[in-house]
Amino acid sequence: MTLSILLIVSAALFSVGLLAALSRRHAIFILIGIEMMLAAANINFIAFWRFAPEPAQPLGVMIAIFAIAIAAAEAAVGLAMVIAVYRHFRTTNVDQLNQLKG
Amino acid sequence: MSNAAFVIISILTLAAALAAATLPKLMHAALSFAVMFLGISALFFLLGAEFVGLVQIFIYIGAVAVLIVFTILLTRHDLGKVRGFNWGGGVVPVAVFGGLMWAILKTKSVSIPPPHIQPVTVQRIGELLMTSYVWPLMCVGVLLTTALIGALILVLEEKRE
Amino acid sequence: MTGHASGWLLQAFSSLINIGALLGVFLTLFALISVLERKILGRMQNRYGPNRVGPFGLFQPVADGIKMLIKEDIVPARADKAVHFLAPIIIAAVAILSLGVIPYGRNMTPFVIDGGILFFFAVGSATELAVFMAGWGSNNKFSMLGAMRAIAQMISYELPLIITVLPVVMIVGSLNPDKIVAAQGAYSFSVLPHWFVLTPWGAAAFILFFVSGLVESNRTPFDVPEGESEIVAGHMTEYSGFKYATFFLAEYMGMFAVSGLAVTLFLGGWHAPMSILEFIPSYVWFFLKLSILLFVYIWLRGTLPRTRVDQIMNFAWKFMLPMAFTCVIAAAVWHYTGRALQGWLWSFAVIAAVYVTLSMLLETKKKFAPRTYRFAE
Repeated sequence: MTLSILLIVSAALFSVGLLAALSRRHAIFILIGIEMMLAAANINFIAFWRFAPEPAQPLGVMIAIFAIAIAAAEAAVGLAMVIAVYRHFRTTNVDQLNQLKG
Repeated sequence: MSNAAFVIISILTLAAALAAATLPKLMHAALSFAVMFLGISALFFLLGAEFVGLVQIFIYIGAVAVLIVFTILLTRHDLGKVRGFNWGGGVVPVAVFGGLMWAILKTKSVSIPPPHIQPVTVQRIGELLMTSYVWPLMCVGVLLTTALIGALILVLEEKRE
Repeated sequence: MTGHASGWLLQAFSSLINIGALLGVFLTLFALISVLERKILGRMQNRYGPNRVGPFGLFQPVADGIKMLIKEDIVPARADKAVHFLAPIIIAAVAILSLGVIPYGRNMTPFVIDGGILFFFAVGSATELAVFMAGWGSNNKFSMLGAMRAIAQMISYELPLIITVLPVVMIVGSLNPDKIVAAQGAYSFSVLPHWFVLTPWGAAAFILFFVSGLVESNRTPFDVPEGESEIVAGHMTEYSGFKYATFFLAEYMGMFAVSGLAVTLFLGGWHAPMSILEFIPSYVWFFLKLSILLFVYIWLRGTLPRTRVDQIMNFAWKFMLPMAFTCVIAAAVWHYTGRALQGWLWSFAVIAAVYVTLSMLLETKKKFAPRTYRFAE
């Protein structure tokens, strides 16, 4: 298990997340894609922490912990927005959310 | 041994991620999203960051996945229609993946085997959180409180006067 | 097996032995408790429990198992087959997984993880998703409603459950269950053990943890998700035969896991109450304490009526959460005023002050006064 294969796995996860975010029309799917991209970035941080020559100061681990917390907060707010938008427009298809006036 | 485990876990994670991105039924996609996070946690365990793996299971599967399924339930106006999938959106991700893979394979200094380290203990993380990282900890606390209040206000029903 | 390859093979075999022993012990305990509960409930209601099958009815689980296995497995026609099938499996798997980090005796922890307590809670929080899968996969509005109520109850009580563990982790300084048990091993005057339940913050935290554990495993008086007179069987309505037995198994395993954790965190794990009694093996003490807690579970089931779902929510957010935070503060006070008599008095004062303030704020005198009746004249 070398660092490059781990980075390729995380790059693949990132592009799958990008795929989910770009090619789906449902707002919740886009949020799922964003969460996937954040998780892929976390894998990157942990991978670099593991393979770095001086892992005594676990910077990658700390950044990953904070990133998880921030991603959870962002998911909560994003999903609340989806619910609020649904209440108003009665649809979650992002193609139909193209007017600023309610 | 750990190589075999790594291969199995990565295949499981990527398969679940692809399922989450492409399955037509929303609920199945949300559930394979949870399986994907299980795979990522297993990867963290393999890499020696056990605390991060446990926190990942706790927060993502225990909270974010439940949030997502609740939101799917509350916005279920037309469940019969199968959600469309636009394959035209696959161009950019493939390009991004190609670019990243080219960059990774071109850098010789990242093809290194893992050095021997002690897995980081929870006590060490606790010490660091309270000494060097106390300001980010406080900021994340404020952020989470703000997100909590914001989410509550967003979903509060408007008063019909 | 060469010396190089036998490393992981040895580890795999030892893990398999651990898992086998764990499953053997707890499945037997599950069978025993299922019949003992019915007998104890029967005695509390002034009747015999099951006493036909085997001596004193102790082979009843065999009869129950055969009945469950030969029942027809009915799946609703428009249910989501994959989700409907996976839900009981995940609930049972998660419950049994959380049993793996509890120390059952000296050097008898199946899997030693550095963040063992966090593992327990992380794995337990996956129960909510599985309950939702059960409710949604049945394609039944009542199942969905029952599942939502069950998840709301479980999420509300997850917070007090975790925060009451915080004082123990704070005082010991580690999330490792072995270290937590080892920190309770000393004896004062060789008669009084240093268990955390014998400190004021520990006693309050133990009671709160126990009640939260009751709620998390959906036991009476908090069994709204499975109340037969209210919502048929909640999220378990559309399950028959073996799948229902799996839900039942998962509930009891959850009970064992939470009781086991309570024994580990507060009641001193596998330590004996007095230092002269230490010749009795450590696992005997653990299972004795576990049995006492399980008896209290069954006792509460036989005694208390079911609470309403909004009463459960109110109780969690308005009472248990502030008291849980108070336990953390009281533990800190106990530690910083010296862990002696002075620390006791100060932390007891903190807890008593918050308790009295909460009762005044929540107007318990007015709301929970004995009922007065007005009869027609």
